[in-house]
Amino acid sequence: MSEDFNDNKTIQAQSSEAISGGGSGIGADADYVRPAEVADQDLYHGHSFITKWIFCQDAKVIGVQYFLLATFTGIIGLILSWLMRLQLGFPGLAPFMTAEHYYQFVTMHGMIMVVYFLTALFLGGFGNYLIPLMVGARDMVFPYLNMVSFWSFFVAVAVLLASFFVPGGPTGSGWTLYPPQAILEGTPGSGWGIMLMCISLILFVAGFTMGGLNYLITVLQARTRGMTLMRMPLTVWGIFTATVLAMLAFPALLVGALMMSLDNVLGTSFFMPTILKAGEVLEYGGGSPILFQHLFWFFGHPEVYIVALPAFGIISDLISVHARKNIFGYRMMVWAIVGIGALSFFVWAHHMYVSGMNPWFGFFFATTTLIIAVPTAMKVYNWILTLWRGNIRLNTVMLWCLGFIVTFVNGGITGIFLGNVSVDVPLSDTYFVIAHFHMVMGIAPLMVIMGAVYHWFPLVSGRFLDEKLGKWHFWLTFLGAYSIYFPMHYLGFIGVPRRYFEMYDSPYVTSAVGMNEFISIAAFIVGAAQFILIYNIIKTLKTGKPAGHNPWQACSLEWLTPSVPPEHGNWGDRLPTVHRWAYDFSVPGAKEDFITQTTPPSEVANTEVEKT
Amino acid sequence: MSDIKIEGYEFKPGFKGMAKDTGSDQTMFKGVHWGKAMMWIFLLSDTFIFSCFLISYMKGRGSTLIDWPNPSEVFGLHVFGVDVPLLLIAIMTFVLITSSGTMALAVKYGYEKNKKMCGWLILATAIGGLTFVGMQAFEWGKLIHEGVRPWENPFGAPQFGSFFFMITGFHGTHVSIGVIFLFIYAYKTFAGHYDEGKRGWFTTMKGDYVEIEILGLYWHFVDLVWVFIFAFFYLW
Repeated sequence: MSEDFNDNKTIQAQSSEAISGGGSGIGADADYVRPAEVADQDLYHGHSFITKWIFCQDAKVIGVQYFLLATFTGIIGLILSWLMRLQLGFPGLAPFMTAEHYYQFVTMHGMIMVVYFLTALFLGGFGNYLIPLMVGARDMVFPYLNMVSFWSFFVAVAVLLASFFVPGGPTGSGWTLYPPQAILEGTPGSGWGIMLMCISLILFVAGFTMGGLNYLITVLQARTRGMTLMRMPLTVWGIFTATVLAMLAFPALLVGALMMSLDNVLGTSFFMPTILKAGEVLEYGGGSPILFQHLFWFFGHPEVYIVALPAFGIISDLISVHARKNIFGYRMMVWAIVGIGALSFFVWAHHMYVSGMNPWFGFFFATTTLIIAVPTAMKVYNWILTLWRGNIRLNTVMLWCLGFIVTFVNGGITGIFLGNVSVDVPLSDTYFVIAHFHMVMGIAPLMVIMGAVYHWFPLVSGRFLDEKLGKWHFWLTFLGAYSIYFPMHYLGFIGVPRRYFEMYDSPYVTSAVGMNEFISIAAFIVGAAQFILIYNIIKTLKTGKPAGHNPWQACSLEWLTPSVPPEHGNWGDRLPTVHRWAYDFSVPGAKEDFITQTTPPSEVANTEVEKT
Repeated sequence: MSDIKIEGYEFKPGFKGMAKDTGSDQTMFKGVHWGKAMMWIFLLSDTFIFSCFLISYMKGRGSTLIDWPNPSEVFGLHVFGVDVPLLLIAIMTFVLITSSGTMALAVKYGYEKNKKMCGWLILATAIGGLTFVGMQAFEWGKLIHEGVRPWENPFGAPQFGSFFFMITGFHGTHVSIGVIFLFIYAYKTFAGHYDEGKRGWFTTMKGDYVEIEILGLYWHFVDLVWVFIFAFFYLW
């Protein structure tokens, strides 16, 4: 095969060097990289406060805007979870917590955290900031569209939060918004609330599509010279694949939200069966509530991986940099990301085992679900093998990485329980499910976000975050999160149902009440611990230790910009030229323990650098 | 794609060529304009939207307990004392497909820098689209006049009205957006924005005839979707 690809002289020279093990025959032609195919990008440079910082077309600023708005929304989600825990741990302590409010908070907490916090933060925040820098582009390919994407997200958030102030309040139908109850009287927010939720989701999808097109085309068509797909950092692979999933999964959500709005406003019966209410037949009839579940979960399951895949990618890079080792099995990692992404479209009905489906249907979805464990386990092994005998820096970033691996494995294993129909049916709608998905797609991605913040903050601001505060933040979050979710597995096993406002005099009370109090106290502490990060950021933004260029001695391009933090256009006069992958750490024979992606082969002639 | 020349890069035919392009640096689709690649991916996403609509429609139609109305009666026209089934739809489909042809010609003349022909053909396409939307409005009006509503339908299952108005409405919105852009692009073509590379009002990017091809992709897609809607609603 190799002779078909021999026109890439860089690879040829490096491989011959690796085989001969010496520097013979390495000349200037080994450094040759094909000239640029397209002209340098034409950028609009803002010149006023508004065009530079508000309606800005610079992907880095848009990334930070996404990050801040998603974090703001996430804090609202956090406060809602406090209120929920207050009710569950200490029923009756807060007089304003009615059952209606409880359900509204459950719904808003779920939707905010999954869509408006995690998705927006990973793809909008990290995607915008990192993709152009990591592939060596000056900016996203369509900067104007990118700006509109953020402002659509802004309007979507505004509409979502407006539902707190409309008559009836926000919808209380659970984040899955299942009809018929979502739009029937008696469910909180069945009029305005669900309407605004649907509008907000449609706006979010529209805005995300604009951003997503940018991420995809930037990765596919705007890489710098020498940057092949298989030289990209795994962060880019994760965000890229997640964006592909989002482009194909969000349509189902859009259609579901649109049809539900029509059921709600025009009185159509897409999802509404014949319903008797207080002895009277409602106007609705002939629709299928299960259809909504299919549409929702055709979006909902890929959504899990839209959050998880960027996390997988980012954590791979963080572990590699801070263990000073190349990522173990890079190609395997790439194909695992792609494979998980593809499989995620064939598993959605495992969320619907109790909807009365044909057992053979459940069998099919259980099989596909469990197959996902294979590429996922490959990734976990590779992370561990990357750490194995690495030169580990046990700093805050690494702590978050280790925390991620532990929580992810924990959540993944409970996922194998729930993927099996016969185990899922008794555990369905119990606290076991809550524990599972919070571990695997709540806490684990959050650990990655935190690690990524500590890792890339020096790039964004030019200063380090405070390590001591960071360690406090980590240990409180990690131990606290375990105190919250580990006991929930037990609550699930004894059968405590989820989404219950209060346990009243049920047989669970005696054994669950003390545990619920404990979980609630832990939740208050973990929530409060997150403000350590905010304090840390505010404190170090002005007074933190200056980071300078490439403070972590990383290889990837985002650290190699002429100025730190990078300016609009990223690269000054000349775009970088890439000669290798992003993981040349601890190469035998090299002067330093890292070789940056832009280092030409002639400069590392006597090292045992791998062909990439 | 043999007419594209890239310095220092040798194209290979067939599957090997595809693998080589994928494995190469800078771009995966060699010589493909960013905007064009973007439109293809957007259309893929849009395909999923319409697929969700049509699959939901099939599910709704398949599971309803009340009989589905007979499309050739509901959509028939009474012309000169004769009942002609699907007459209006046949004309609508013909107009829309024809506008795809004029669009393709516009792209050709655009790349030949024949400003006049290109502009007129875009205008013809826009008028074709407008005619389609107009006839659709007429059909909606006729059905509404006969008592069909999104929530009820005198001819049978109420879901018929719901799905019909929703899906044709969503498609009609696509056509309308396309028509608006066609008029804008016709103006830009006649004004010579693509010849002189005048910067866009919003995007500040230089104008180029490739934009017409990108809009053309969208327009052909809208036509293709209509063929599916036609098949599923009117022929089933």
